[in-house]
Amino acid sequence: MSYRNPLKQFLLAAGALFLTTQLSLADTNSEAIERGKALAAMCNACHQANGGGMNIPGGESWPRLAGLNADYMVEQLKAFKTGTRKNPSMAPFANMLNDTQMQDTSLYFASLPAPATNHQEANKDLLAHGKQLAEQGDWNRYIVSCSSCHGADNLGTGASFPAIAGQQAGYIEQQLKAWQNDTRQNDPQQLMASIAKRLNDNDIKAVSAWLATQAPSRQTQGDKQ
Amino acid sequence: MKTLTKTLFSLVVSGSLLLAGATAHAQITKYGKDLSDAEREQIKLLAPNAPSPKDNEFVHIPPSIDELDATKLHPKMKEAIRRGHDLFVDTQQLYGKNVYNNMNCSSCHMGEGRLPFAGPIWPAAVVLPSFRPKNDHVNSLEERIAGCFTYSMNGMPPAYGSDDMLALSAYIQWLATGVPMYLKDKMYGRGYPRLADAAKKPDANRGEVAYQENCSICHDDNGAGAKEGDHVVFPALWGDDSYNWGAGISRVYTLASFIKYNMPLGKPSSLNDQQAWDIAQYINSQERPQDPRYTGAIKQTLKLYSDTFHKHSMYGQKYKGKVLGDHSNVGHKDFLKPDILRPRDFSGK
Repeated sequence: MSYRNPLKQFLLAAGALFLTTQLSLADTNSEAIERGKALAAMCNACHQANGGGMNIPGGESWPRLAGLNADYMVEQLKAFKTGTRKNPSMAPFANMLNDTQMQDTSLYFASLPAPATNHQEANKDLLAHGKQLAEQGDWNRYIVSCSSCHGADNLGTGASFPAIAGQQAGYIEQQLKAWQNDTRQNDPQQLMASIAKRLNDNDIKAVSAWLATQAPSRQTQGDKQ
Repeated sequence: MKTLTKTLFSLVVSGSLLLAGATAHAQITKYGKDLSDAEREQIKLLAPNAPSPKDNEFVHIPPSIDELDATKLHPKMKEAIRRGHDLFVDTQQLYGKNVYNNMNCSSCHMGEGRLPFAGPIWPAAVVLPSFRPKNDHVNSLEERIAGCFTYSMNGMPPAYGSDDMLALSAYIQWLATGVPMYLKDKMYGRGYPRLADAAKKPDANRGEVAYQENCSICHDDNGAGAKEGDHVVFPALWGDDSYNWGAGISRVYTLASFIKYNMPLGKPSSLNDQQAWDIAQYINSQERPQDPRYTGAIKQTLKLYSDTFHKHSMYGQKYKGKVLGDHSNVGHKDFLKPDILRPRDFSGK
């Protein structure tokens, strides 16, 4: 009885191949993260060792990178290099990195747990307005809510719509203004620019403050509430 | 001098209002010819790039839910309206009970059901009960809502007279505040106003290219939309998570208008008419759950519902060598047609 079921043979082989691919993927991932960690030494001065970034009132605020989608960060690094995202502080660093290094650095920051900001906002009306814009939008001005693309609780959707909850307020504010004045043009199909251009200064202040006070991940949501 | 001071004062006041982010929004309920310049500006803000109201059109911009608190309605009435609004924008809370796909009411009725050119829902409150060709009898408002659940949500409508049904009706009727009953005039931006025929016959192949360029970033290459965990971010446009073959938007002209005036999200009227028609042709040439009116045979179903419906859909037509809708897949639910749908007859026979 030497009959061997060819389908069974195939499935076994495919299964083994799948397992080894998964293992080697995990392996390369952790190696990439290690390489990224070494590269990230040059990022820490601004983005901080924990990747949490820093809010600098009146100055250039540095975004949190910890826990953001890796593919999203790769796209941003490329945009700094090509100039569709103009930023004098980032351009020299992005220019130093090749595609693999961009990937490694991004994987490293994506692997870090997202720390909450220490943003305090006393103005309750401002926060309420920000919450409304983030969760409901203002259809009277065709301002679509943040969460309709950035996802439930604004924790991000895939590689194109990054997490913005728990992001530094000053950074969000600066980006919305960058879209308004076209110094940031790397959003897909101008989806963000179209909305940003309908926001006034108070909207921007409100939505940035509110988002900054939100939990940056599902894990930390419990702690924040 | 006094007038100048007054003008300056009002400038300062309006300026500070703008700074505070408070928009001058007020309900508008009047004919196009009677609109003030300020009201026309208000409409432009709320329906960017949409056609302006014509003189003979009845324009109704409903109150928004944020204005509910300030009304003199009974607190219990406010609760019912608020519940209706909540169900409307988060219909997924009824998943597995009344909704069996990715949709919220607000997925198609943009802006919480208030916006012209986006299937505003207030007209339903003032034109029903009314004869509806789709099911060939006189329909009530609740029955019309049941239609949305049956087809667009591929689901099971809440029972007539139930709390959820009443809450949804209350929200819809509240939005219609101030509109005359059985208004005969043309309503500005009602439904999804039919686009003029495109220069070239709508084409699914061109549509596929335009879809990948303009829609796939949110709705995915395969129309599956996007979820984060259990939460739907972007609804599925075909397949088991999407609307079924009986949904109004499965008609190519309805989807074409929806796309033109509402998509991509945040950029209404940015695609040209040809793109809107082609993308609609492509999306509505994909498979989806069976029409709940299915008799068990596609030819018979078509015979019954072609004139009033399917002559505008791709149901029963060939796409890539397969007859669309020729299957018994009902999606995620385990029934074909909700029991509460039934014909009505007032002939006395």
